Amino acid sequence: MLKVRLIPCLDVDGDRVVKGVKFQDLRDSGDPVERARTYLEAGADELVLLDVSATLEARENALATVARVRSVLSIPLTVGGGVRSVRDASRLLEAGADKVAVNTAAVENPDLLNQLAARFGSQCVVLSVDAARRDAGRFEVCTRSGSRETDREVADWCREAVARGAGEILVTSIDRDGTRSGYDLELLRLVSDAVQVPVIASGGASSSRDLVDGVRSGASAVLAASILHDGDATIASLKGDLASAGVEVRR
Amino acid sequence: MTEEIVVVPTGTANLASVRSAFTRLGASVRLARGPSDVLEAEFVVLPGVGALRAAIDQVDALGLREPLRLRVEEQRPTLAICLGFQMLCAASEESPGALGLGCIDREIERFGSDLRVPHLGWNDVEPGPGSFLEPGQAYFAHSFLLRDVPEGWQVARTEYGSRFVSAVQRGAVLGCQFHPELSGSYGERLLGRWLQNSREALRC
Repeated sequence: MLKVRLIPCLDVDGDRVVKGVKFQDLRDSGDPVERARTYLEAGADELVLLDVSATLEARENALATVARVRSVLSIPLTVGGGVRSVRDASRLLEAGADKVAVNTAAVENPDLLNQLAARFGSQCVVLSVDAARRDAGRFEVCTRSGSRETDREVADWCREAVARGAGEILVTSIDRDGTRSGYDLELLRLVSDAVQVPVIASGGASSSRDLVDGVRSGASAVLAASILHDGDATIASLKGDLASAGVEVRR
Repeated sequence: MTEEIVVVPTGTANLASVRSAFTRLGASVRLARGPSDVLEAEFVVLPGVGALRAAIDQVDALGLREPLRLRVEEQRPTLAICLGFQMLCAASEESPGALGLGCIDREIERFGSDLRVPHLGWNDVEPGPGSFLEPGQAYFAHSFLLRDVPEGWQVARTEYGSRFVSAVQRGAVLGCQFHPELSGSYGERLLGRWLQNSREALRC
């Protein structure tokens, strides 16, 4: 039976892991290779690395970081952040990513999804959606690390992205990111009902309870950052709790 | 001794992951440039992600179709991964009209429409008797599947909606629908056993 994946997420600035709250106030959170190795050995099912580098120089360093992480990692590696073209994706894949996540560039140029899927296959293309809750239960797509609003409604955008070739959707609640107040379950249900590709829940996980709720709201995988980086939970404890709740996990 | 693994560049494959997996096992990796590389190599890996037609066109462009067929027929150490595994078959619903290598006389099918596809993530691998495959959990990322194999192949199966073929083995030929290079310690052990098994076959 297919297992629910538990995926640590590393936000990387150049050659360091950072983590913020609601996409702001980034703090240093360790060496990416150390982190990757630790999570691998602890039983992570996959790793997501988001490049949040602000400068060109840091971006080049992040590419080298991908290669260094790859050399120790025997599980899948998804890399996102600043992917604007097939060439950007190609460089990441050559450096060692197995999948690329696209966000802002896909919203601004949806055809990028078609191009990536045609070139690398849908299983390689992850759409990353940053969603902001609006009035009356409406969720809006935001871009540029959550700083720019768009007119797009989240479910519509996800359906379009899948039709264009996205093979997986990473949905992050901007309102919950780093707040440890749990995933936005309404958002997860909305997206997982809208599309038939796997959905990764992200933004706000504080406990194994939240992960279980995310899975019950349709997520095929759950992303966690703050609670793992700060040592408040371990992969093993989270997986143990998931299994106790009847969720199939890899042990 | 350091094994040299010759990898077929199918254009779209996650070569860095394949390379790093074998590097961790102490082997060295280089890319096949032409037919003689594939014919003469002790170990060949046929990786692949993406669509079948693009990958098989690449194999043809490099003149590797016959060398690969021959290797598999002679059961020489050859590892086919994911799309590479599907390329061993005769054809695929994914790319109508594209001609697979035909080593396994079967057609690749689409997953049922009621499932979340791609089948993406870790799932149980259940080998039948008689192969060096072992039970465990491996990482999958695919939208098409092989339902069954002809006589003569050892087989492992996995369930997603229904049961499908997740690995085949015959002599030193190993085909995996899953990604051993991304399957953690399970995958590392499998790659190690394939190398070991192949070394023994080469000595015979």
